[in-house]
Amino acid sequence: MYTIKSYVFPESLEEADELLHRDCRNNAVLGGCCWLKLGRRRIRWAIDLTRLGLDQIEVKDGFLELGACITLRQLETHPAVTARFDGLLGESVSHIVGVPFRNCATVGGSVFSRFGFSDLTCALLALDASVVLYRGGEVPLAEFMASPIAFDDILLKVRIKDDGRRAAYQSVRRSATDFPTLAVAVSCLDGRWKVSVGARPGRAVQAEEAARCLNDGRGPEAAGVAAGAELTFGTDLRAGADYRKKLAAVLVRRAAQTCIERENKG
Amino acid sequence: MKVKITVNGMLYNKHIPNDMMLLEFLRKYGYVSVKRGCDTSNCGLCTVWVEGKPVLSCSYPAARADGKNVTTLEGVKDEAASFGRYMTAQGVEQCGYCSPGFIMAALAMRRELTNPTEEEVAHYLAGNLCRCSGYAGQTRALRAWLHDKPWEKEGQV
Amino acid sequence: MNLNYVNQAVPKLDGAALTGGKGVYTEDMVPRDCLVVQVLRSPHAFARIKSIRKDAASRVAGISCILTWEDVPQIRYTLAGQSYPEPSPYDRYILERTVRYVGDPVAIVAGRDKDCVAKAMRMIQVKYELLDPVLDFEQALDNPSVVHSEEDYFRHFDIGGDPKRNLVASGCDSDGDVEAALAACDVVVDQTYYTKANAQAMMETFRTYTYLDHNRRLNVVTSTQVPFHCRRTIARALGLPKNMVRVVKPRIGGGFGAKQTLVSELFPALVTLRTGKPAKIVYTRKESFQASNSRHQMRVHVKVGAMRDGTIKAVDMQALSNAGAYGEHASTTIGLVGHKSIPLYARQAAFRFSWEVVYTNTMAAGAFRGYGATQGCFAMESAINELAVKLNMDPAQLRLKNLPQVGEHMAAYYNEPLTSSKLPECIQRGMEMIGWEQNYPCVRVDDHRVRGVGMAITMQGSGISGVDTASVTVKLNDDGYYTLMIGATDMGTGCDTILAQMAAEILNCPMERITVDGVDTDHSPFDTGSYASSTTYVTGAAVVKACTQLNEQIAAEGARRLNIHPERAEFDGDNVYDRTNPEHCITLDQLAQSLVVGEGTQWLTATASHCSPTSPPPFMAGFAQVEVDLETGEAKVVDYVGVVDCGTVVNKNLARVQAEGGIAQGIGMALLEDINYDPKGQMVNSTFMTYKIPCRTDLPEIRVDFEESYEPNGPFGAKSIGEVVINTPSPAIAHAIYNATGVRVRSLPITAEKILMGREE
Repeated sequence: MYTIKSYVFPESLEEADELLHRDCRNNAVLGGCCWLKLGRRRIRWAIDLTRLGLDQIEVKDGFLELGACITLRQLETHPAVTARFDGLLGESVSHIVGVPFRNCATVGGSVFSRFGFSDLTCALLALDASVVLYRGGEVPLAEFMASPIAFDDILLKVRIKDDGRRAAYQSVRRSATDFPTLAVAVSCLDGRWKVSVGARPGRAVQAEEAARCLNDGRGPEAAGVAAGAELTFGTDLRAGADYRKKLAAVLVRRAAQTCIERENKG
Repeated sequence: MKVKITVNGMLYNKHIPNDMMLLEFLRKYGYVSVKRGCDTSNCGLCTVWVEGKPVLSCSYPAARADGKNVTTLEGVKDEAASFGRYMTAQGVEQCGYCSPGFIMAALAMRRELTNPTEEEVAHYLAGNLCRCSGYAGQTRALRAWLHDKPWEKEGQV
Repeated sequence: MNLNYVNQAVPKLDGAALTGGKGVYTEDMVPRDCLVVQVLRSPHAFARIKSIRKDAASRVAGISCILTWEDVPQIRYTLAGQSYPEPSPYDRYILERTVRYVGDPVAIVAGRDKDCVAKAMRMIQVKYELLDPVLDFEQALDNPSVVHSEEDYFRHFDIGGDPKRNLVASGCDSDGDVEAALAACDVVVDQTYYTKANAQAMMETFRTYTYLDHNRRLNVVTSTQVPFHCRRTIARALGLPKNMVRVVKPRIGGGFGAKQTLVSELFPALVTLRTGKPAKIVYTRKESFQASNSRHQMRVHVKVGAMRDGTIKAVDMQALSNAGAYGEHASTTIGLVGHKSIPLYARQAAFRFSWEVVYTNTMAAGAFRGYGATQGCFAMESAINELAVKLNMDPAQLRLKNLPQVGEHMAAYYNEPLTSSKLPECIQRGMEMIGWEQNYPCVRVDDHRVRGVGMAITMQGSGISGVDTASVTVKLNDDGYYTLMIGATDMGTGCDTILAQMAAEILNCPMERITVDGVDTDHSPFDTGSYASSTTYVTGAAVVKACTQLNEQIAAEGARRLNIHPERAEFDGDNVYDRTNPEHCITLDQLAQSLVVGEGTQWLTATASHCSPTSPPPFMAGFAQVEVDLETGEAKVVDYVGVVDCGTVVNKNLARVQAEGGIAQGIGMALLEDINYDPKGQMVNSTFMTYKIPCRTDLPEIRVDFEESYEPNGPFGAKSIGEVVINTPSPAIAHAIYNATGVRVRSLPITAEKILMGREE
């Protein structure tokens, strides 16, 4: 059971930051709150960002920018998002639980938490996205994903280069609305590929060898084999490591094939 | 903290515990259609609308609803009863425990999607679990309801 | 028979209230000043409590009481909702010094609100002496760790148990020389199958509130399938005279057997007795998963032998069942494993069915729709499908060749006679619907996807022969309306409605003239409760009896007022008239009024009870088409057809939804539902996040049809429907997956991982 001593809507980012830093261990920035009640946190100051205008989806300076308070559902429905990257972002989150859930869960909450099972971080990683932090400034998502979670900064938005890259998503789930057993996202721009694999069950990572295979024209099959070989996989209640390894090879191959077909169709 | 929450058009100016979720707030003030089915945001039973959008009230901080309009099944009684008749015509309400959340999701879907395919309907409602029915009867009810469009005759939004 | 209400698609009486979100469930009715009760539970699978310090916790503002093992009656009882004397052993205290699974109650905490209770719970200090838990049910028998070593362990009668060996129950039933018959067979299948401890996962978790009334009687309002068993068990466990307990059942948010066992009732009841205050408990989903009851996990070993022509000559089945920490329903569920699966093939065969049920330090199992028949069906039907391959026969034809015939006695089914069956028609109809000719064994979709079809058949019972008892009272009210009083518990299935349909049929009146109430043990007539597929068949028969009696009474009273001989009086539902002069009549309304005023008053009410000496089996044939992705192992049921013989279908809609819902649960059991424990005995799938039940996009639009036989012993020819519908999916889906991939998965659930890894072996 969680508890909240004080609930506050800061009026500025400065105020939010100041509140958080009064006691980073016991104060918390709220996201979509879908899993707040699963934790046992005893929160001193709960900091709600929903009145700070972070609910914007903007295309500017050649970037697609997603505010931290954008809901997952908006990624499925907002034309600026669905029209880009072959709808990768919307598709990646469309399996998660259900519409009422996705109307609560936010981009900021999903990305900041860096859960291993996160579909969204897997998709964003393949788009070479970056995150913008209040203190830390702009950080490549890959770097952010590799760092341990520290509750001392506020994620403001996610930025993605609006470069028209093609993309595809593949995942396997036990139930259609479950977390993925394994998830794969790929993207391609001018023959340069990005491959990311999530729910291994660890955090999503880029499969660089697989991307190299595709860059070198060795084809999706080889890329799949490379992804299975280069990454580490683990066992949890959803599946074993060996099975995940096999899945990675299949899903990377399929995602790459889909991407190539999309490219060929134009 | 102090909040002003409008539920089904009625303003509630109340002191609430800071960690109260909207579900608890609504049940406290008598909106018993709102049910809790799980602890992990997985079942959809507690679905209500905030500013017209279906959300999980079990996971929506009541504080966050400050200044917002909340709609429960009690607030769309006639339309819910109209859709409910399509369910009871199939006998698919069964134990009824998931019905209010399911109905709130279905009515929201009707507002959000125009002429959805059956696949889109199933996808939209996938987060509303039912253990009794196996969903086939719900599908039949939805199909007949979307075909008849009773809301047009009944003058609902 | 010309029927007006029975065999029609009548809407459920409570439908508008339920879809209207009315406050008709237990938690909606809780009084405002109710104490909040929560249970502190053991984090250890097996331990002895050395000490509990609760003084600081007791001082938390708002705390009303904290009860531990020292504060509860030392009376053994079982939580199983079964007729007295219960076959389940008395192996529980409300709180005990020994805790036997992760989740076993350690302390009951009651206070003003959830916050103070939560605070107090954190402050209770418990010291445990850890014992070595028995977690693997295959290692439980004669394990050095003994789950139940208490002196006052009690059984009403011998069920073949020996708690010192961790054995709850054992036994054997046979007919003929199985060894010799197997030796003479041309072909024998010899395989072992495993099923899991599935969670019933009804949407409303367990909850109860209690209060003392003006007579200081304990009132218990609870979400239960068995109010009368509840009353008896609560009185026993609390050491109260039975007349001091009243149980009320409002609307229930699903049960599926989970609520055939008491789960939440005793905790607030004890608090109310100790404090005099109303008290409530509402289980979290997690508590519902890890501290209630589940399906019995089982290992079933089957040997089935046949002659080259497909005649089955021998069935030998050995079942091992995991009771978990307590023995509720242990000795009875195991019986159905064989008794509801072997009779389908024992017509010309010798059979032997032997069983053992063991204690372990996992959550106690209990009743879940199917009640052992489901586990037996998976094993037996899978073995039959394997036999068909060995015989090179179509599996449907193999079944059709061996089915029991109407008029025969079924030695493997307690030697009961088969009085109705359209099972062959169910199989034929199912084959047509699924497109067996075109789709068996499989069709290729593309380079990596194949669709296989598979099948299974099953039977259940209709009530427990010679045990289940239902009573019904029907009253003619002063305004010519009827009140139908039943003790059967509608848990969403619609039994209030189907019983009212039967009453309307007999009383020849519109449904609107009949009201049905929930169950209140002070007012409702006795009924064992809604389980064992008994309501339609057993309670239905009592409705027919009671309403027939009331009809006769109405005619007789009408005759008196018409001044004619009773044999000349006819009651047509609206009037009592003189058959020789139909103009000479009295309306029911007039009659009802005259019965409650003035001279010769005779308020009419009829009560009847029913208990059936036999339990006529309903049948079902299930057919699955499953698409398998050969590269990922993912299996998706793309079509499921169930054809049911439940005798006369009393309500076409409700029977259909029963079947669709049962099949959906069966598909979940087959593919998704997977209770596991970590090495310390902590359940790891105790939320809907980790224990997946099917959502709508996991399922095809399940297709159901009926082949109605006429059961001569059933009301209007009806048998049961509630449980038979859950059994076929596991074996039919396993069969379809085999036909698509060549992989036999003999342990549930059939995950993508098992399929893919199986392909590579």
